[in-house]
This record gives sequence, structure tokens and C-alpha cells, in this order.
Amino acid sequence: MSELIQIANEIILSPAGLGETDLDRMLGELVGQGIDAADIYFQSSRLESWVLEDGIVKEGSHNIEQGAGIRVISGEKTGFAYSDELHFPTLLESARAARAITRGGGSGAVRIQGLPQERRLYAPINPIPSLSEAEKVELLRRVDAKARRQDPRIKQVIVSLVGAHDVILVAATDGTLNADVRPLIRLNVQVIAEHDGRREQGSSGGGARADLHYLLQEERALGFAREAARQALVNLEAVAAPAGAMPVVLGPGWPGVLLHEAVGHGLEGDFNRKGTSAFSGRIGEQVAASCCTVVDDGTLPGRRGSLTIDDEGTPSQRTVLIENGILRGYMQDKQNARLMKTEPTGNGRRESYAHLTLPRMTNTYMLPGEYPPEEIIASVERGLYAVNFGGGQVDITSGRFVFSTSKAYLIEEGRVTAPVKGATLIGNGPEAMTRISMVGNDLQLDSGVGVCGKEGQSVPVGVGQPTLKVDELTVGGTG
Amino acid sequence: MSDIEQRQGALQQLVEELLREAKRQGASAAEAAVSSDAGLSLGVRLGGVETIEHTRDNGLGVTVYFGQRKGSASSSDLSPEAVAETVRAACNFARYTSEDPCAGLAEAGLMATEIPDLDLYHPWGLSVDRAIEMALACEEAARQSDPRIVNSDGASLSSHDGLQVYGNSHGFIGGYAASRHSLSCAVVGQQGDSMQRDYWYTLSRLGEMLEAPEQVGRQAARRTLARLGARQIPTQQAPVLFQADVAVGLLRSFIGAIQGSALYRKASFLLDRLDTRVFPEFVHIHEQPLLPRGLASAPFDSEGVATRAQDFVSDGVLRSYVLDSYSARKLGMRTTHNGGGVRNLRADSGGLDRQGLLKRMGRGLLVTELMGQGVNGVTGDYSRGAAGFWVEGGEIQFPVEEVTIAGNLKEMSMDLQ
Repeated sequence: MSELIQIANEIILSPAGLGETDLDRMLGELVGQGIDAADIYFQSSRLESWVLEDGIVKEGSHNIEQGAGIRVISGEKTGFAYSDELHFPTLLESARAARAITRGGGSGAVRIQGLPQERRLYAPINPIPSLSEAEKVELLRRVDAKARRQDPRIKQVIVSLVGAHDVILVAATDGTLNADVRPLIRLNVQVIAEHDGRREQGSSGGGARADLHYLLQEERALGFAREAARQALVNLEAVAAPAGAMPVVLGPGWPGVLLHEAVGHGLEGDFNRKGTSAFSGRIGEQVAASCCTVVDDGTLPGRRGSLTIDDEGTPSQRTVLIENGILRGYMQDKQNARLMKTEPTGNGRRESYAHLTLPRMTNTYMLPGEYPPEEIIASVERGLYAVNFGGGQVDITSGRFVFSTSKAYLIEEGRVTAPVKGATLIGNGPEAMTRISMVGNDLQLDSGVGVCGKEGQSVPVGVGQPTLKVDELTVGGTG
Repeated sequence: MSDIEQRQGALQQLVEELLREAKRQGASAAEAAVSSDAGLSLGVRLGGVETIEHTRDNGLGVTVYFGQRKGSASSSDLSPEAVAETVRAACNFARYTSEDPCAGLAEAGLMATEIPDLDLYHPWGLSVDRAIEMALACEEAARQSDPRIVNSDGASLSSHDGLQVYGNSHGFIGGYAASRHSLSCAVVGQQGDSMQRDYWYTLSRLGEMLEAPEQVGRQAARRTLARLGARQIPTQQAPVLFQADVAVGLLRSFIGAIQGSALYRKASFLLDRLDTRVFPEFVHIHEQPLLPRGLASAPFDSEGVATRAQDFVSDGVLRSYVLDSYSARKLGMRTTHNGGGVRNLRADSGGLDRQGLLKRMGRGLLVTELMGQGVNGVTGDYSRGAAGFWVEGGEIQFPVEEVTIAGNLKEMSMDLQ
């Protein structure tokens, strides 16, 4: 038995008194006429968070989430039931409730047999105890002190530290059994700077699928403190952002939110299967400038958005979405892949056992081009240079998307000049992508802070890109 | 004893056990909450069932205090083992968190002494078949209303009943049952090459009070069709009329700025503005937490303090902040009984209907959709994506999309017409 399945067994099944024959029996309830696929998703998760504010460790909280979700899929239909009681009779009842979607029935037999893959993108550890409580408190204090030391104008500092340990086990009626142990950590620093009655904020943070020592390595945690303070201080000098359509240069890394909103959601398999996306039916067509190649890659080691297997047991992969501007593929879970007569791409994800699986992104980024970033900025007569953002949103049917800057500057005559206040940028996905005219050679992925929301479900994701220029985007400033 | 009373009794016992366990483990004070929710969510699309979800969500949470040190823990598991483990985890934190002079339960004297029945519990008893019928009728009405409706994201119906109980070591314990039913529909319209999508929904504590499915479907279609042919407009300064359903977003930003947590962090654009004019005189913003059947009604707040109707803004003047005990202590003030937020917030009508408001504006943008986060609570800077309709001579001229609206909430509030 693989190590991951063994761990999942120890943490989830054995304590509940569930064994392999129980799984077989439950799966047996889920086979029958008209049923294309079914699975049982077990989950046991622990999350711990700490908050330091006003120089004191204000809060500590711990959360446990545990249960099983049972799905039955027939064509476009899904029956779903879940329970936080890992109790055989209750699970059997949930299985029957889920199966009612097809009005068919009868039971069959399933034997679990598939040999799961053993590729490792992160260690199967629980990161929560990787630092002692005293060490965590020490880390929070050092980060707080570092942020305050940057400048006397730094008045408020909030530091939060989160560690999560998710163990999942997926048993499916196709005979596969897969498990994953997923660590996830994150540190966030938020500051407010004040000068002459004016107050502005700044924030920075990051994390990975690793243990908490990650934050101590390369002084990462202290780096977030420095950057959060710097952002707040820059914003103290900010003037009104310009308003109207203009060239926008986006910095590398987190500004990749552009791709997440402009094309990412629009290329999720469910929207394209239903034909409701602005990218539906456009495989093989030019949807972006020829300098753009965009991929969704769940195989990057240690990244927040990475997964060894998705939540259906499909190994994650690197999927080319757009190649040299041509639309090549969508992101698929098993159901939408089946309905579109293609293969799943390892993008089937769910927030928890209590949520349905949907096609979701992993790490979505643009490959580097040839331009040094300085040249890209120098090419703009008058425009905006945006290096950090809050979040964004998209309407995948009309293609309209927005994302809001949190650190941006004017470009005047090819030079970065005054910092400007936060503004929302708006565009149309396919149009904006065809207006990308220069792609830099400095690809960066974000620092590990992405949260993607879809239909009320949040999952951790990554974004990235090199510095790039969009010839025209509408900037929502007041100046 | 009815089934719901029995289940509430069981949750009450669980809260009492959590509090007892906290005391056993040495806590000087504690508060605990347990909730249990179950229901049905189903979706149909293109005339057929798409998803049927049987939902059941449980949760328990406990916060313990060792003097002024606090620790919290929660679990989705309501078993006795989970009780002990959860309390232990919370108590463990309290060894490492710092003494916070403002931490602690709300004052004992403020605990609600009676728990009015707000008529929130109305189980629907809807069969899956009947639910499917309603959702199908809703989507069908939308799809049939116009040939330009070419696709559908479907219709969804959901019906849930929940129970929650809260208790603390002052001896307060209270709970109530509540239900929530909704029906929504989203469709796609097409004109030429461009597609637009919109939706409509109905929501109530009672199944019988939901808008008729056909009405919801037709409204979703109407809103979708109204977006077709949308265009951008040139950059300019112009009056903006926020349609009621998006104007709620402005209220939310306003409440965020008078919330205790933003005020004591000095992270609010309304800092130190109590008893000053923040809106024109005709503005009255108040809450009604005790509204029978209200969607956000609750007899007591998240700390066990009795809720009450109160004004936040009257005659345009800021009369009260939104405070819980912690933020009140940080500010040297008293709780406004808003632990957990505001409930059934209302901005009173100025008398004109939408038609009247359009005529009064004459020329400007009627905003029907807002996108993105773009609101800076610290400075009041406001920049969001928008869609709506351009208005001239008091009449809608054409739909608008892919624009942003920007300003500062401080000025926008005072400039309210």
C-alpha cells in the first residue's frame, strides 16, 4: 500500500472503524444503470491560525473539519450527499440519497485495485507542529518589530500566521483509490502608516506547501514585513490615479491576476461545456496576441496552487491553455471531460467534502518573452505601471473582468514617476489579451497568497507572469 | 416535545458540556456556540435536473479566557471526543496568547433575559419532485420569454433549516431555529457576437412567500435582455444613480467604516465622526434585528446581549457606531449590541420611485452592477467596475458596460441627492 494511502488510512478510516470491505460495499451502492461515475471523498483537516496586533499575540484558533462526500454522476447530472459522521450506516444512507439522482438502482460490485502514482510535489507532513508555540510567537514578534522599524510613520501592524494540514482519500467506482496529504502555510502582514493626518495601508505575505521553516528561510517573513511597510509608505505619497483608457504595464508575479480573471475562469471546462463562456467553441482560434503562451500547471513543487492529485484522484499536469495566442485547451474535471469527449486535466477541485467538485485552476501563468522590463516601461509615453493588486472578478459570459491596484505609478515619457492611489482596471478578456504587445523576460510566480472563489467555494491557487504591457485598459482613477 | 425542540435541547446540552469542560480545564470564563443545518439544494438546466445536493452542516466553537488571555477552537464534529479535543486546543492557545486588557465576555448585566420568538422557523416540507417542478418552471419561463435568450445557467432552488445555540459562563444560554428558502435563475442572451448574462432570485423564511417561479424566470430574462448591445462611454464626470440592489453595497462600505474593528485600528475614513453630519439631512439608516421573519433577525447578538432597534444615522448625522464588547472597550465606549454585525439594516426611502429619481437626475449613469473590491476602507477611496444604463432627459438611452466609477465615499455620502 502506498505511503499516502497508509497515512490516510491511519488518520481517517481506522479511527472511524472503516476498512476496505466497507469501502467496497459503499461503492457497490453507487453502481447501476445510467451511472457514469461515482466517488466517495474522505477528508480530515486541521487548521491553526495566530494573530499578533498592537504588539500582542491577540488570538489563536484551531479548526477541525472532517467528513465524507458522496457523488453520483450520470451524464450532466450529479447527486450529492455528505456527512461529518464517518459512521458506516450514515455513509450508506448518504450513498443511497446521492444515487437517487438517476432513479435507477440495483447495486453492483466494485473492487478497489488501481495502483496510484507516487510523484511528490510536497512532503506528506503536518506543518502545524513544525515550529513550537513559543517559536511561532517569536516569529510573529520579529515580523512585527521589523515592520515597525522600517519607519516611525508605521502605526498599526497586524501579523497573521496560518498552518493547514489536509488529508484526503478518494475511492471511485472505476476501481481507483487515491490519497493525498497536503500541507499549506501562510504569513500575512498588514500595516497602516500615518503622516499629517493622512492614513494609508499596505500589505504583503506569502506561503507554500511546506512546513513553517519556509518562512524563516531566506528571511522570507521579514521580507514581507519590509514590503508591507514600503507599500504603505508609497501610498502615503500617492496622488489621484488617472482615469480613462491607456497603456498599462503590469509588474511580474501577483499581477498575473490579470490572467486568472481575463482567461483563467473563462477556460474552465464547465462553462465551455455549457457554452456560456466568451471562449466557448473557440479552440484553434486566435484569442490573444501571438507573444502570449498561458499554462495552468499543478505540478510545480511546493507551490500553494499545486496538487499531486486533484480531488478526483487525477494526477495534476501542465496544461497549455493558450499557445502563441491560439486557444489550445480547457481545464477539465472528469465529468466535463467526459461530456466534451476529452481527457480530464487534473483540475477537478472542491473546497471540502461538503462541496461539489468543479473545474478549477491550480497555478496559472504566462511564459516569459524576450523584453527586459526596463524596455517595456520605456516604450510607454503616458500610462500606468501597476506592481501589486488586491483581487479581481470576472463575468465569463460577457468576458468583462476587473482587478484593483494596491501599488501603482504613473509612467510619463517612458519613466516611472508619481505613485498613484488604488484604482480598478477593467477590460474584456479576449480583447485585453490581444492587446498585449510586449512580454518581459522576468517570469515570476506570486508569493503564495492566492484564494480563488467560484460558486461559493474557495480554493488556494497560484498566479504568475513576466512584466508585460497591455496597449489599452480602462483605468478607474479620479484624476 | 416537537422534533425541533428535541434537537435544540440536544444542542443546548452540548453547549453546556463545552462550558463545563472549559471550566474543568481551568478557564476563568468561556463562551460556546453550536449549530446544525440541513437541507436540499437542487439545480436544473435546459429543462433537466443537473444537481441534487443533500446538505447537512454541523459546527461547534468555543472561546476560552484564562484571565485576559484568549484561545479559540472549532470543529465540524459534534461528538463527545470532539468536545474534549476542541476545548483542549482552545485552552492550549491561551497559554501563549498575551494578556489583552480588552478581552473577555460582554458584561453579565447585558445578557438577554428573554428570548422573543421571531417567527423564523418555517420548514417547507418540500418533496424533491415538487422542488424540481418549481425550478423547471422558473427556467422555462426565462427561456421562453424571448428568442434572444439562447442559453441558460439554470435555475436553483434551495431549502434549509438550521438550529443554533449560544452560551457563556455568565450563565446565559439561548438558541433558536430558523429556515431559509430561495429560488434563483440565470440565463444568457445573445445579440450579434456578444453574449450577456444576468439573474434574478427570491429569498424568504417561508416557502409560500417566495416570488412565483415564472416571475423570477421572466425577470432574469428581462435583466439579461436589457444588457444586450451594451457599450462603453467616454471618460467624464457625471451623476450616478445606484439601483437599489447595488446601493446596498454602498451601505455595506459605510457600515464597514463605522464598525468597531476598523475604528480602534484607525483604519476608517469615518474616524472621530460620531455626532457629525456624514450624509444630507434626509438620510435615515437604522437596523431592526427583532423584525419577525426578518432575514437577518436575531433575538440576541453573538455575545448573548439582547438586540434592539437603533439608529445609526438620523437627519444625516452619525448617531452610533457598530460595536461589540471588545471594540467598545478598545474605544472606551459601550457595546452597541452589535456582536456579529448589523441585522436587517435599512436606509429609508426618500419618497421618489426609480422613475422619479431618473427624472430628477436628468442626465447620468444608472448603475445596475458593480464588480471588484476597489473600496479602500481606510481612506474612503472608491473605484469599481460598473455596468448599467446611460440616462438622458430622465429616460434610459442604452446599456453601458466595461466602465469604472470612482470617487471618495466621504464626498459621495455628502453629495447624495
